[in-house]
Amino acid sequence: MTLPAGLARILPMLATLVLLVAAITVVSPGFLEISVANGRLYGSPIDVLNRGAPVALLAIGMTLVIATGGIDLSVGAVMAICGAVAAKMVTLGYPLPVTLLAALATGAACGLWNGLLVSVLRIQPIIATLILMVAGRGIAQLVTEGAILTFSDPGLAFLGSGAVLGVPFPVLLWTAAAVGTILVLRRTALGFLIEAVGVNARAAYRAGVNTRVTIIAVYVVSGLCAALAGLVVTADIRGADANNAGLWLELDAILAVVIGGNSLLGGRFSVVASLIGAMITQTVNTGILLAGFPPEYNLLIKAWIVLVILVVQSPRLRPLLARRRAMRRGTPT
Amino acid sequence: MNARLLPFVVTCGIFVLAYGLAWLQFPAILSTRVIGNLLTDNAYLGIVAVGMTVVILSGGIDLSVGAVIAFSGVFIGVMLRDTGLHPYAVFVLLLLITTLFGLAMGAVIHLLEMPPFIVTLAGMFMARGAAYVLSIDSIPIRHPAIEAIQSAYWLMPGKGRLTLIAGLMLLTVAAVTLLIHRSPFGTRVMAVGGDARTARLLGVDVGRTTVAVYGLSGFCAGLAGVVFAVYTSAGYSLATVGTELDAIAAVVIGGTLLTGGSGFVPGTLVGVLIMGLIQTYIVFDGTLSSWWTKIVIGMLLFGFVALQKGLVQLRSRKGGGRRRARRQSAQGRAAA
Repeated sequence: MTLPAGLARILPMLATLVLLVAAITVVSPGFLEISVANGRLYGSPIDVLNRGAPVALLAIGMTLVIATGGIDLSVGAVMAICGAVAAKMVTLGYPLPVTLLAALATGAACGLWNGLLVSVLRIQPIIATLILMVAGRGIAQLVTEGAILTFSDPGLAFLGSGAVLGVPFPVLLWTAAAVGTILVLRRTALGFLIEAVGVNARAAYRAGVNTRVTIIAVYVVSGLCAALAGLVVTADIRGADANNAGLWLELDAILAVVIGGNSLLGGRFSVVASLIGAMITQTVNTGILLAGFPPEYNLLIKAWIVLVILVVQSPRLRPLLARRRAMRRGTPT
Repeated sequence: MNARLLPFVVTCGIFVLAYGLAWLQFPAILSTRVIGNLLTDNAYLGIVAVGMTVVILSGGIDLSVGAVIAFSGVFIGVMLRDTGLHPYAVFVLLLLITTLFGLAMGAVIHLLEMPPFIVTLAGMFMARGAAYVLSIDSIPIRHPAIEAIQSAYWLMPGKGRLTLIAGLMLLTVAAVTLLIHRSPFGTRVMAVGGDARTARLLGVDVGRTTVAVYGLSGFCAGLAGVVFAVYTSAGYSLATVGTELDAIAAVVIGGTLLTGGSGFVPGTLVGVLIMGLIQTYIVFDGTLSSWWTKIVIGMLLFGFVALQKGLVQLRSRKGGGRRRARRQSAQGRAAA
């Protein structure tokens, strides 16, 4: 029996996630319990889905950027800027739709800047996005005027702590964003074009792909995803913290994409695999707390997980694995 | 003029111009005291940025250095608190650990052919995690020998103090400058950064060079950790978060090409001093907020990257316009 290609692609990540959940459930049996209180779902799995929302949102955009062979270091800073813009507009009394549109437009503008630097000025993606990563928090502080800008608008707060039919809103937001992105990419040729640019930009250009627009577009999508993540984080604490909102989340997002088995060199990508990667890291974080390990070990465990995944994905080892797989396929079982 | 030195000259020009403008507003800024403090305050950044310069010259990047500095501080603090070792012995042990750590990262990058970005990111998690495991609290570092280092300085004319750690930074810059621009190792690093495949064909041991480069960066990060621990008298696992970005920014502002293979080590020192000058200016002004530092550094980064792009394009155009000719012929074929 052969698996469908889509499922075969995400199987290793899914297996990792299931093993991880099983291991945590053995250590702390209450992990999988879900309860309903005040018309809302509670429990560790819901918590993982909810707290993983910012990284999951970032991972969607980051997957596309990495698929073109790029990287976006600025998403954490963009989150801070967009959160600051939203908090500022809402405290100034603008209606919620205008506030949200302004925050999203800010994210798109940041993405546009990155995209222009990468595709028109041909600056290396790491450096191009580093510029906004360094300057972005300064810009966010300029918006909040150095303070943590708090607000009490219930509409904006709903984005972070609200629930629809018992499901926390951030969970709905990232799943909706993921489903929307996947449908647009896979029901049209867009996903294919992005992969073409990532595999060989020159060949794609020769074949008639507008590489420049494609690259700008993925950075704009990444900026929009960062704006959504920034809104969720800001709404969750009902305040815009220019210094700490989204701090180091760009690294978590890149990690999620790498754990999802996407090559940093670009090419074939799977948004679903990245999202499972995001959930794996969040499960590790929650699991370490629940299992009673001191949170200090969090980073060390994360580092080892990355290393193991790197070794498995290494281009040096791939021919070896492929040979073994070919051998297994050759011998009937 | 040598085109490689042009970014360095521009950087120096900007530093002198910025210092001049600051001097017009605050005449007191031009004194050996301010210059001495500028060097002392940025000593750890200077050392770590020099290591980063070598990594970037070889075409790589090292994101772990900030975490390694924090680990160094905590390690020194814990060792002095819990063992009877003399600080100098602890320093040697620490430098050994961080150098081995760098060598190990270099080996992983070379043997597994993984992007340095993600390998050193794992290294960053590991070093920061190790610091957390050693201690989450800030540990005071007190010892007569360390106090002796802290109070050692050379009185410059004008009562400015050139502290020992500032001197150590200048010495590191000088040593690495000689190593990169006057030794076979430096030539190999430049060759690998310029084009690894060509370097291999020319007989350069790319693997050994890569591993050595990250080892050197690990050593510099450890040395910066010692300097930072002496400077702050404390080890704290949350210290120097984001220092790797400051170091990379200093390297870029210093005129080193981020694609590797071209640059000038002393430029990095000027890059560090420009960043320090922005902070000093903000302190002198008193009304500006510190977040302007980040915005100005971001703008400088953009300016320098754009300048480098312009220079590279100019040079490739001067080089016979070969690529353009090829493109035209390809277009001609396509049209036909």
